[in-house]
Amino acid sequence: MKPTDVRNPDYFHKVVDCQWGCPAHTNVPEYIRMIAQGRYSDAYMLNRESNVFPGVLGRTCDRPCEPACRRGRLEDAKPVAICRLKRVAADHRDDITDRLPTAPEKKNGKRVACIGAGPASLTVANDLMPLGYEVTIFEKQDKPGGLMRTNIPSFRLPEQVLDDEIGYILNMGVDIRYGSPVKSLKAIASEYDAVFVGSGAPRGKNLELPGRDETDRIHLGIDWLESIAFDHVTSIGEKVLIIGVGNTAMDCCRSSLRMGGKDIKVMARRPRAYFKASPWELEDAEEEGVEIVINHAPKRFVVENGKLKGMEFERLEWDADAKKSTVIDTVFLPADDVILAIGQDNAFPWIERDMGIEFDKWDIPKVDKVTFESARPGVFFGGDAAFGPKNIIWAVEHGHQAAVSVHNHCQGIATSERLPVGMNLIPQKMGLSEWSYHNDFNPSKRQKMTHVDLVERFKNLNVEVETGFTAEQTAREVQRCLNCDIETVFTAKRCIECDACIDICPVDCLTIAPNGTDAQLRSRLKAPATNPAQALYVSSALPHTARVMVKDEDVCVHCGLCAERCPTAAWDMQKSTINIPHAIDEGATCRS
Amino acid sequence: MSFINKPKVSHPSLPRNALGLTRRQYEGSMSTLCAGCGHDSITAAIVEACWGLDMRPEQLVKLSGIGCSSKTTAYFVAGAHGFNSVHGRMPSIASGASAANRELTYIGISGDGDSLSIGLGQLVHVIRRNVNMLYMIENNGVYGLTKGQFSASADIGTKAKKGDVNQTPPIDPVLLALSLGATFVARSFSGDKAQLVPLIQAGLRHNGFALIDVLSPCVTFNDHEGSTKSYTFTREHYQPVVETDFVAHASEISVNYAEGESVSVQLHDGSRVNLRKLDPSYDPTDRSAAYNYIETKLKNHEYVTGLIHIDESSSTEFHTLNKTTAVPLNRLPFEKLAPGAAALDKLMGRYR
Repeated sequence: MKPTDVRNPDYFHKVVDCQWGCPAHTNVPEYIRMIAQGRYSDAYMLNRESNVFPGVLGRTCDRPCEPACRRGRLEDAKPVAICRLKRVAADHRDDITDRLPTAPEKKNGKRVACIGAGPASLTVANDLMPLGYEVTIFEKQDKPGGLMRTNIPSFRLPEQVLDDEIGYILNMGVDIRYGSPVKSLKAIASEYDAVFVGSGAPRGKNLELPGRDETDRIHLGIDWLESIAFDHVTSIGEKVLIIGVGNTAMDCCRSSLRMGGKDIKVMARRPRAYFKASPWELEDAEEEGVEIVINHAPKRFVVENGKLKGMEFERLEWDADAKKSTVIDTVFLPADDVILAIGQDNAFPWIERDMGIEFDKWDIPKVDKVTFESARPGVFFGGDAAFGPKNIIWAVEHGHQAAVSVHNHCQGIATSERLPVGMNLIPQKMGLSEWSYHNDFNPSKRQKMTHVDLVERFKNLNVEVETGFTAEQTAREVQRCLNCDIETVFTAKRCIECDACIDICPVDCLTIAPNGTDAQLRSRLKAPATNPAQALYVSSALPHTARVMVKDEDVCVHCGLCAERCPTAAWDMQKSTINIPHAIDEGATCRS
Repeated sequence: MSFINKPKVSHPSLPRNALGLTRRQYEGSMSTLCAGCGHDSITAAIVEACWGLDMRPEQLVKLSGIGCSSKTTAYFVAGAHGFNSVHGRMPSIASGASAANRELTYIGISGDGDSLSIGLGQLVHVIRRNVNMLYMIENNGVYGLTKGQFSASADIGTKAKKGDVNQTPPIDPVLLALSLGATFVARSFSGDKAQLVPLIQAGLRHNGFALIDVLSPCVTFNDHEGSTKSYTFTREHYQPVVETDFVAHASEISVNYAEGESVSVQLHDGSRVNLRKLDPSYDPTDRSAAYNYIETKLKNHEYVTGLIHIDESSSTEFHTLNKTTAVPLNRLPFEKLAPGAAALDKLMGRYR
C-alpha cells in the first residue's frame, strides 16, 4: 500500500467516528472535554457553531454519532452518551447572549427569503444575518420552529428550550412573518435576491383502506401532533391503535397516553429488527406501557353506523430476512381512535411549474447535493424539503451548506466554488509522559438516563420525562470519551523499530510488517483487523528494515502510550481540528 | 516512565489459548524502564511464548537478580511465582527451588552485569549443574542502572556514549555456555520476535539448562553511533544461522524443508523443534563445530543468532544426576520429609 496521506483532512476526520458520523460534523470530543472541565458555556458555544440548536438536539437528536462511536466497538459495546452530554452543556450554560453572533447595522443590500421557520431556514438565517443580509422568513403557523415545535411533544422538548434557541437567531433582527403561508414562489423569487425553501415534508402519508373516509377518528400522525402542540386537541379515546413504528409513531403513542388513552398499541408489519424508530425511543415508549405488536398488516377500518369500532389486520409470517410474508389469519382489534404514522411526503402545490425549477418523476424538485441549488439559480432547498424526511441535524447541515451557496450566489461567485475542508494538527505533549488531555482509559459503564416516575409524568403533558444527567453521571460519562480527535501521528524516518509501541498498545492495533496490499497487510497484523470500514494507516518504509508501520484505526483508545514509550518521538499525539467552512468563513475570505 | 498503567481494555477479538486466556492475561505490571528499551520487547516475547505454550500462570517461576534486566520479571505473567535475589545470586535460588519442586517451570532473567560480572561464578556453576531452567541474559553491553559504564560483554572497539573506546576483551555468554557443556544455547535479538518467541518456547520445554543470550540495545546509554550493541549495529551485524520452529505437539504437521536443510529435534515432553539451517554447513548438534563457527564470526563482529546448539540426549540433567524427588517437597507427607532421629542415625551409620 502507498503511505497514508494524513494531510488529507478526511483521514483523521474519519478516525473521529462521532464527528464524521454527524451530518453537521460537531466537534464532539472537544466539547466533551470542555464539559469535563466544567466549561459548559464554552461547550455550548462550540456545539452551536455546527449544530445551532444544542438544547433541542441534546434532547431530540437522532444521534448518528452514537452508533458510530468507537467506544461501542470495545468490550462493553456501549457508545458514549454523546447526546445526553450535549444536553448537559445546554442545561448548565451561563447567559451566553453576549457571545452570540450579531448582525451588523449596515446591511449588505442583499435580501434573502426563507420559506418555513424550521431548523433549515433558521440555520440559513443564523449564518447569513451576521454577514449583513436581510433575511425574511415566511411561516404559516404563528410560532417558529417547524417540526421541532409541532411534532416533538413537549414532554420530550420543553417549549422554553426551543424558544430560547430560536430567539438567539431571530433576535439578530430576522424579519419573520407569522401566519404567512406562501401561495406563490414566483412572486417571492421576483422580490428577493435569493430564496431558500425549508418548508419541510408536511404531508403525512395516508392509508387508503376500506372505511378510511367513513369516520373522523382516524388521524394523520404529524397533523395530530401539531394539533396537540397548538392546543387544538386535548383528548383521545381509551383504545388507540398507532399504525407504523417510526419515531413519529413513538411520539404519537406516548402523546396518546397523556391525552387520556389507556390501551395503546403500536402496530408493526415487520419484526422488531426492521423497525424505523430509534431503539431508545422504543424503550421509552415501552417503559410507559405501550404495547408494540409485530407482524400485523392493516387490512381495513371497521366502521359501524359512522362510528369507528376498530381495525382488521392480517397476521403475517415472515421468511428469515423479512422479505416475503405469508398471511396466517385475520384478526380484529378494537379501537376508539387510529393514528397513521407511516411516513411523510413533500408537497409543493405553491411552486409554479414554469419558473425554471425542475421536478423529478415523483414531483420532487431536483436539488444539487452539494450546493442545494435547484435548476433555477438563486432558489435553494434544504431540510426535509430537499431530499425527503430526515431529521433536525440533517436540516441544520443543509442550512449551513445552502447559506454558503446563497452567499456565493449573492456575491456573484459560482455556488460550486466552495472553500475546502481544513485541518489543524497541534501536538499535545506537555512534558515527559504528560499530555494536555486525560489519556487514561476509564472503564466506567455508560450512564443511564433517569426518568420522572410513571405517575408524575402523566399528570401534565408538559412534564419533561428525562431528568438530565446528575453531576456524578456527567463526571463519569465524560471520562468514557476516548478523545479520538487526539491523533497518533507517526514520523517514519525517526523510527528505530524497537517495538516499544507495539508491545505497549493495549488494543494491539500496531504492527511492523513487510508492505503489501490492504488484504495482505490486514492478514499480517498482530490482532485481526476485521472492520474494513476502518482504515489502515500505513507509513512509508522504515529506515532500518524497509518494513512499514501499520496501524488499524478500528479500536485505538487514544491512550497515547505508543507515544509515551517511543524513544525517538516517532509517535506523537496531536489534536486534529477539522474546519468545515460555513458562510461566515466564506464571508471572511479574500477571493482574488 | 508513564504515569498511567497499560489500560485493561483489550482488542475485542484477541485469540485465546487452550486455557481460554488471551495474551493480555500473561502480562505483568507496567514497565518503568526507559522508553524503547530492548528488555521490554523481550518481556513481550516471553508473554507471547507463555501464552502460546498454554502455560498456567501459576506453573511458572520467575527468578532474577539485580539490574535493569532483573526488574523485568515484574512485567510479565503477574500470576506466576517470583523471587528477586541478591545481585548475581539468582542461579543459587533457582537451583534450590528447582531441587525442591521439579513440577514447576523456571525462568531466570539476568543481564550482562548480573551474569558476566558479579554473578559469573554462579552462572558457570548453574550451567555445569545443568539445572532444568531457561536462563535469559538481556545483553546490552553497559551498566544501565549506573549510567552506562562498559560491562563485561562490551566488545573491543565499542564506543561509550561520551566517546571512550573499550579495549578489554568481552566475555561471550554463548561461547562460555558451549565450553561448559550446556545442552541448549541460543542467541537472539530483542528486535526479532519472530525468532525469539519460538526460542523461548523451546528453551522452556528443554530438559535441562537452556541459555538464550538476547542482544537488547540500551536506548539511553548504548544506542549511539560507534556502539556495537545499538539497534542499527545489531540489525546490520546479526546473522540468523538456524531458523527455529517450535511445535508444541508432536502430531502437528510442520513445513517440509528440502533434505539436508532441516533438522527436527524431539524434546523431552514430546514437543519438537524444527531447525532450518540458513547456512547449510552449520550443524547445531555438533558442539565443538558450533563453538568454532561462533568464535570465527565474532572476530568479524558478526552475531550469529538462532538455536546455536541443542543436545536433547544428555544425561547430565540436574534431577537425574542428583536423584531429586519427583514429588515436590511441599507435597511430601511430613513423615517422609522429616523421617526422625532413627532415620538420621541409620544414615549416619553408613559413614561410621
